[in-house]
Amino acid sequence: MRLRLITAVLGIALLATACGDDAPAAPPGSEAEGEGTVTVYSGRDEEFVGALFDQFEADTGIALDVRYGDSAELAATILEEGDSSPADVFLSQDAGSLGAIGAEGLFTELPSDIIDRVDERFRSEDGLWVGTSGRGRVAAYNTDKLSDEDLPDSILGFTDPEWKGRIGFPPTNSSFQAFVAAMIELEGEDATRTFLEGLVANEPELYEDNGSTVRAIAAGDVEVGFVNHYYIYEVAAEDGEIPVANHFFTAGDPGALVNSAGAGILATSANPEGAQTLIEYLTGEEGQTYFSTETWEYPVVAGYEPSVDLVPLDEIESPDIDLSDLAGTIEPALDLLAEVGLL
Amino acid sequence: MAIAVRSAPRRAEAGRGGSAPGLLIMGAVIGAIVLLPVAYLVVRASEADSDSWNLILRMRTVWLALRSLGLAAAVTLAAIAIGVPAAWLTARTDLPGRRIWTLLLALPLVIPSYVGAFALLAALGPRGLLRGPIARVTGWETLPDIGGFPGAFIALTLFTYPYVYLLVGAAIRGLDPGLEDAARGLGMNRWRGFFRLTLPLLRPSIATGGLLVALYTLHDFGAVSMMRFQAFTQAIYLQYKGAFDRTPAAILSLLLIAVAALILIAERRARGRARYSSVRSSARPPQQIPLGRWRTPALIFCSVVVLFAFVMPMAVIVWWFVRGLASGDEARLTWVAAGGSVGVAAAGAVMATFAALPLALIAARRRGWVGALADRVSWFGYALPGLVVALSFVFFAANFTPALYQTLPLVVLAYVVLFLPQSVEPMRTALLQVGPRLEEVGRSLGRSRGQVFRSVVAPLISRGALAGAALVFLTAMKELPATLLLRPTGFETLATRVWTGATAGLYSKAAGPALLLVVICAVPLYFLARKIEVAQVPEMEMHPE
Repeated sequence: MRLRLITAVLGIALLATACGDDAPAAPPGSEAEGEGTVTVYSGRDEEFVGALFDQFEADTGIALDVRYGDSAELAATILEEGDSSPADVFLSQDAGSLGAIGAEGLFTELPSDIIDRVDERFRSEDGLWVGTSGRGRVAAYNTDKLSDEDLPDSILGFTDPEWKGRIGFPPTNSSFQAFVAAMIELEGEDATRTFLEGLVANEPELYEDNGSTVRAIAAGDVEVGFVNHYYIYEVAAEDGEIPVANHFFTAGDPGALVNSAGAGILATSANPEGAQTLIEYLTGEEGQTYFSTETWEYPVVAGYEPSVDLVPLDEIESPDIDLSDLAGTIEPALDLLAEVGLL
Repeated sequence: MAIAVRSAPRRAEAGRGGSAPGLLIMGAVIGAIVLLPVAYLVVRASEADSDSWNLILRMRTVWLALRSLGLAAAVTLAAIAIGVPAAWLTARTDLPGRRIWTLLLALPLVIPSYVGAFALLAALGPRGLLRGPIARVTGWETLPDIGGFPGAFIALTLFTYPYVYLLVGAAIRGLDPGLEDAARGLGMNRWRGFFRLTLPLLRPSIATGGLLVALYTLHDFGAVSMMRFQAFTQAIYLQYKGAFDRTPAAILSLLLIAVAALILIAERRARGRARYSSVRSSARPPQQIPLGRWRTPALIFCSVVVLFAFVMPMAVIVWWFVRGLASGDEARLTWVAAGGSVGVAAAGAVMATFAALPLALIAARRRGWVGALADRVSWFGYALPGLVVALSFVFFAANFTPALYQTLPLVVLAYVVLFLPQSVEPMRTALLQVGPRLEEVGRSLGRSRGQVFRSVVAPLISRGALAGAALVFLTAMKELPATLLLRPTGFETLATRVWTGATAGLYSKAAGPALLLVVICAVPLYFLARKIEVAQVPEMEMHPE
């Protein structure tokens, strides 16, 4: 009886694995791949870029093998793979992950016609990667309770006691932490500590992520929250219309950081031509239009405009720091956040 | 009449039974595979220069290690405080609805801790769904913030106590009721009998369950980061994901291993050297203990645990799922992912069982350092965060066995390394209860070692093996970091679908796969609970080995 049970379990398990084996569309290993296949490690979510990749395959006839994951974890994976990486292209959500790959010498230099089309704030100095879209930091606010003029010009204004009990943000979110790191680079550690202590004194509500923060603003739990600019559109797309708008900081304010998603070609790529075609596509008309209209981000190539009502990048004057170099400042940023009790 | 004797084993009797050279070689190979991640960490750590060391030898590292240890201790004690009474109530008393409680109390095990933590925040956090109703009923306008230590403590306790509950439940059902009669014959009342006799006999299962909980807490990242509790794993993740510096990450991971090793040594000491084993089996059912006036408190206890650990997270998932129904999601993808999950988790469970057998045999039958090593080696993969184990497999497979890289066998292998102790421990405990004497009898009757194993040992440990396989299956079903990094491109499991939805902030898309994950896991859990329920009760004769 027991033996039969064990045999049955074994049988089912093996059967299930066999079925599982059939499930993936393309078997791994380079020999099984068609000549034109490009392997992409995508740190951007399938929800947001899957359709663009489909469109690329249809337009160019080049097949893509897309591996989705977390940007930083995929960067760590590529670093471990070293020269044996199966990846041709790495598409990342943030510049930090791209910088890490570039610093290890695992990216190949991009041709100048691709490099030159992208705004120089959103590409690597050595031409190792280019931005594909920009994502701005904003203060999202409840439009039933506030109007844009009520909000301070600088994010430092939120340390004023008048904001007590009215603000919220997600301190564990990597974009928020990158903003704190940027502030340390710009204003120094002491000024950043003072700022964070001022925020804490105003008893902020802390949320687990950007989406929850925006939903809390919509529900009126808090009036203002610090998030990336596109979340109000994402939440609206899922929940329907919400009474939330973005307030942008400008003139190089530390709150005005614009980070970029971007891509580079691995030096070990087996298909550099296909990889290059993909990056041309992402920075070309189709890609830029897609990021502008479908994910509500900033196009990073001249001649393309955001689809939603965003303050132009030129007015924002994102602070002058090397985005891919923020990695070194993340640790002091987290130390500070822990010190003031936000983590 | 059972005779109870408890004594320390004699060293001179260094058992040779069951430790054929073939077995030792198998054990060594499996041990080497389990230690691969540690080897990877040593390789990376050896690249350290003084900068990396300075980064690590800071007060903050010590502080984080102490915080994690403190959390692990608190969660373990709480998990035992919930798990042992729950096991006893469902196994031995006339608790109303015992059968259904047996299953309900085990169910929180299938809720991934990142989903559970999210659900807790969604219910009780600043935007909590339950805040309004609580305020209306109690009049409390502001609830205390559940972030930080309380949140991490509650989330991890609620979703790990089933380890203690299941293992102790199996042990209680395996106890010989004759022992309690004997205790009462000696004039002890029920409570004294429980504390003097039953509890010591349950000590090994409590210790193993507690160890699973403690090391889970130590390596967890999902729940602690969501609850904003500064833990040691955070320092490791920061190096990998924030600073992109693998050397300090490796040194910190080795420190985590060292902390785990201390806990492992302490547990082995606490377990003591005495062993208990039974020779005969009888079908005499255990006596059911009437709860009397304790019935209501017992029911309240079970209800509160199930409410917070299962009903509340499920309610949050269902709430999002219903919202998602309106927008009509692709259900097909979820079914394909379910097939992937079941296949790879089942393969992991089967492989872990085969890998566990030699280790369990050696650990149960060999004395000295070989036995001790076999007993402890399986824990080294379990003690590490999933991301670290996954990256070590990326390193070895991509560079040395590219044909294996990004294939399902590699995912299965990673599951074995990550979850092996869950399979080894129930089997080892079962082996200890069998005792070597039966094998000796079999051998003396002229049977070969293999014949004895097939006809005597295998049937007796099958229950432990099945329990272990079920535990591995359940944890593999919800595994995320290793699956994400090692899977073949395009291969989906329910856990990766949950992740895809949740990272995009589309909770309604994450809810469907999360719901299906729980439903699918409930099936083996039901059989596990039933299996324990209807199992024969072996009459235990304890004797010196």
